[in-house]
Amino acid sequence: MNSLLPDLPELHNGRVRDVVRAPDRVLSTPCPEVDPTEPSIMSLAADLLATMAVSPGCVGLAANQIGVSARVFCLDVTTHPKTHTHHGRFVLVNPVLVEATRKDRAREGCMSVPDFTGDVRRASRVVMSGLLPGTGEEVTITTDAFEARAVQHELDHLDGLLFLDRVVGAHAIHPRQTYL
Amino acid sequence: MTDTPSLAVTVLGHDRPGIIAEVTGALADLGGNLEDSSMTLLRGHFAWTLIVSGPSLEQVRERLASLAEDDLVVTVLVVPEDNAVAAPSDTRYLLSVHGGDRPGIVSTITGVVAAAGGNIVDLTTRLSKDLYVVVAEIVLPNTVEIGELERELTAAAGAVGVGVTLRPEDTDLL
Ligand SMILES: [Zn+2]
Repeated sequence: MNSLLPDLPELHNGRVRDVVRAPDRVLSTPCPEVDPTEPSIMSLAADLLATMAVSPGCVGLAANQIGVSARVFCLDVTTHPKTHTHHGRFVLVNPVLVEATRKDRAREGCMSVPDFTGDVRRASRVVMSGLLPGTGEEVTITTDAFEARAVQHELDHLDGLLFLDRVVGAHAIHPRQTYL
Repeated sequence: MTDTPSLAVTVLGHDRPGIIAEVTGALADLGGNLEDSSMTLLRGHFAWTLIVSGPSLEQVRERLASLAEDDLVVTVLVVPEDNAVAAPSDTRYLLSVHGGDRPGIVSTITGVVAAAGGNIVDLTTRLSKDLYVVVAEIVLPNTVEIGELERELTAAAGAVGVGVTLRPEDTDLL
């Protein structure tokens, strides 16, 4: 399923990029807004999709996780067991959280923090708007459950925050035994 | 209830199965009540602090001495009656710090908290490769100006090359 993403050839030729790990400063730096119709943003979107596709267990990736400071992330929670509503595989540029309600707590991991997981409270119903790469079309996503959590995790990345900045307490960071 | 004061017991050593069963068994033999306790494992090192009421300091020391002989370090202290409790007007905050490992991160950040009159009530630090993570739960007097404290923390964190976030602890009463 691919309900949001425009089917543009430019989005199919992404390069797999290295995923940046904390404490790299690019992860702690808020990303600037960008023009979704720029060719460089199209290829960034393609690179994010290509990198997510080859990373086992990866359901989302923010641009600064591949070293590019730009407000762009990709997501695909389609096959995750905790997913309820989902919007397939998509890329959002300059995303904005419009509404967030109903908090719940769950354990999160991150490709940029491979050795830890953390318990984080996030809204379980959100409305997020953003622009599609290429066309620049504005879309609004209303979602819940795991997709809601994932978009907030990615938006945090674009604001220079990691789940480590959101954990619920001093005992909410856990060593990760195995990294998928 | 008895008039004997509560005791703070710490048990340290390399982890092995049975430590908790042995210590709680020994305390139960003395009629002790296990009150608050917290145990953790750090790279195979066992650390447990527990509050016990009932038996006397001498009874607990003597009974646990045999355990200590094997492979554990045990200390027993009397808990003072007037131990400080946070005033109801105080607010709990969560402090997250992460960045590249280097000496002085914890002392720098906690120094700022202490100077503001804040008390650290829970603290975890984690190191993995180059990434150092600190999460502290702190109690701040309501007189503290949070924006000011945030600026001081950000400046201190920047000086040791890490990032810091401070936010109120989220408590749901259901
Ligand atoms: Zn992440």
